[in-house]
Amino acid sequence: MVTEMDQNVNIDDVDTKMEKKSLIHCTDVNVFYDDKQALFNVDLNINEKEVTSLIGPSGCGKSTFIRCLNRMNDVIETCSFNGSIIINGQDIYDPEIDVVELRAKIGMVFQKPNPFPKSVFDNVAYGPKLHGRFLNKSDMNNKVEDSLIKAGLWDEIKDRLNEPGTALSGGQQQRLCIARAIAVDPEIILMDEPCSALDPIATARIEELIDDLKVNYTIVIVTHSMQQAARVSQRTAFFHLGNLIEVGDTGKIFRSPDNEQTEAYVTGRYG
Amino acid sequence: MTDKALTLKRKFAETRFKIYGLASLFLAMVMLVVIISSMTYRSIPAFTNYGINLEIKLANEFIDKDDLDYRGIIRETIFSLDSECDDRKCRRSFSKLFSSGAAYDLRDALEEDESLYEKNFNFYILFSDDADLFYKFGIDKNLPENERRLNDQEILWLEGFQEKGLVEKKFSSNLFTNGDSREPEIAGVLGAVIGSMYTILITLIISFPIGVLAAIYLESFASKNRITDFIEVNINNLAAVPSIVFGLLGLALFINFFGMPRSAPLVGGCVLSLMTLPVIIIATRASLQSVPPSIREAALAMGASEMQVVFQHILPAALPGILTGTIIGLARAFGESAPLLLIGMVAFVVDIPQSVMDPATALPVQVYIWADSPERAFVAKTSAATLVLIFLLIIINLAAVILRKKYELKW
Repeated sequence: MVTEMDQNVNIDDVDTKMEKKSLIHCTDVNVFYDDKQALFNVDLNINEKEVTSLIGPSGCGKSTFIRCLNRMNDVIETCSFNGSIIINGQDIYDPEIDVVELRAKIGMVFQKPNPFPKSVFDNVAYGPKLHGRFLNKSDMNNKVEDSLIKAGLWDEIKDRLNEPGTALSGGQQQRLCIARAIAVDPEIILMDEPCSALDPIATARIEELIDDLKVNYTIVIVTHSMQQAARVSQRTAFFHLGNLIEVGDTGKIFRSPDNEQTEAYVTGRYG
Repeated sequence: MTDKALTLKRKFAETRFKIYGLASLFLAMVMLVVIISSMTYRSIPAFTNYGINLEIKLANEFIDKDDLDYRGIIRETIFSLDSECDDRKCRRSFSKLFSSGAAYDLRDALEEDESLYEKNFNFYILFSDDADLFYKFGIDKNLPENERRLNDQEILWLEGFQEKGLVEKKFSSNLFTNGDSREPEIAGVLGAVIGSMYTILITLIISFPIGVLAAIYLESFASKNRITDFIEVNINNLAAVPSIVFGLLGLALFINFFGMPRSAPLVGGCVLSLMTLPVIIIATRASLQSVPPSIREAALAMGASEMQVVFQHILPAALPGILTGTIIGLARAFGESAPLLLIGMVAFVVDIPQSVMDPATALPVQVYIWADSPERAFVAKTSAATLVLIFLLIIINLAAVILRKKYELKW
């Protein structure tokens, strides 16, 4: 008995010391727009509760890849996918999968802040309402407050919940979009260049926020700024011309990448 | 030097352009003012009527309420004005001065107040259009008698009434409360207004949901292929088809094939729907397209289905544009007369239509009918009906502006 207990404790210890568990497994991902291939045999594992950044020059397929993770590419008629992406042991491209449920587990933040033209409160409450959660009014209020606190926005706009979300500043709008995404308690948050439309101060706030959020969420971020990738992410994947060139710990990618192309890109020799 | 010359040239071009714009705006305003004011000026006579106050003596008479000769009472009353006039020819000429509608007015008055059956009371009898025009504009007595609408004797009578101070000018409520009539002094636009309302209501009921749903389907759900391209081209072509063609189609399809009633607002509404549908579809698609795609992505990423995205986000954002397009389409249908002529809504309808199946005419058609009538008094009536039409159109367009302002979203 005692030995068994010990063994359990040991296993737990080993788990925390071991490399983080990977949550998303992508194998052989190929994406086509009509006849044009945008991604070539991408194999990438994304770890749980850390920030993975996708970098690479424009048109390298990183946005296409991130949009595969919540099947946002489905709405583009000419886009076709093959390969497999397994999240939590489930192939998300399985025809049996309900896209709506999938997207409820995976939040997404876009390049340009896109709050709904509704009040701040309704923006955050939209997701929970859509999925039929927190039907009780006070529960919903708590959820909205909680999400806004997590997005670091509560103190700034707690008196402005009835104002339209579109009336906030750019940085606030983007944090509102993050609050909206986390209000449905997703496991994963995808961010497609979330700071490219923001000024440096708003960008810094979002980066701090990403740092806080990684405790609870798995975050995948596409960014054009290599400094940003270096600052916020634990792992970095470098894409070029639709190929995943190299993936590894951020420190390693930026200091001593294995691949020449990666080195050329992170040192600013091209891209 | 050349830089300076270029700057001057550019500034001059800008000023010139501004002046062109102002000039055309000014011209448009002047035209509008001229049209409205000339219309108003010409319609003034239509808003008043001359009549005569006479005592109707019903006291001490035996009255059978169910079989009362109203016309006889009126005749008896008016002949009391000139007791010398007792031969048939004179009497006919004399009674021609008074409106044939007076008997109906009397009946209405008696039905409204039953106590009148037992007493003598003053009653306002309308003059006929010829007598009315005599008081309004006078008459050229130098013309030979047979070329005038009134002969010498009739003019003498009318002048006599005026000298005795019996003549009274009143606001012509008939214009707004009656249906059409052959007698200008009792003809009104109410029947046509109600007919137009019914027609537009049917048009709205048919074309708004079909048009909006078709546009949503084409815009958000239909896959892009040859069939949808073909449909799109056809819709755009339909918007350019002359309205009279829709009238012919309505005649052939709704009346001859489906056997729907002639002259009914139901058929008019169906025909105008065909005409309005492409307008609504095009306006709706344009306003759906103008909703930023980022909203659609945001909602999809939150886990909304395609339908939820459309009905919760895109449609509300596009609503002001859709409503404006719809109302502009309806306003066009409201002012349309050509297709209605073909399906028989040009009929002479005295009764005010009670339902969409009753024979009716529409306001623009009423304008056409009156403009075509020989009686001179209809000239003013035509202008008055046109004014009513313009007034209603202004209200409809105002509604469009208000609705747009109300539902407009701030981005």
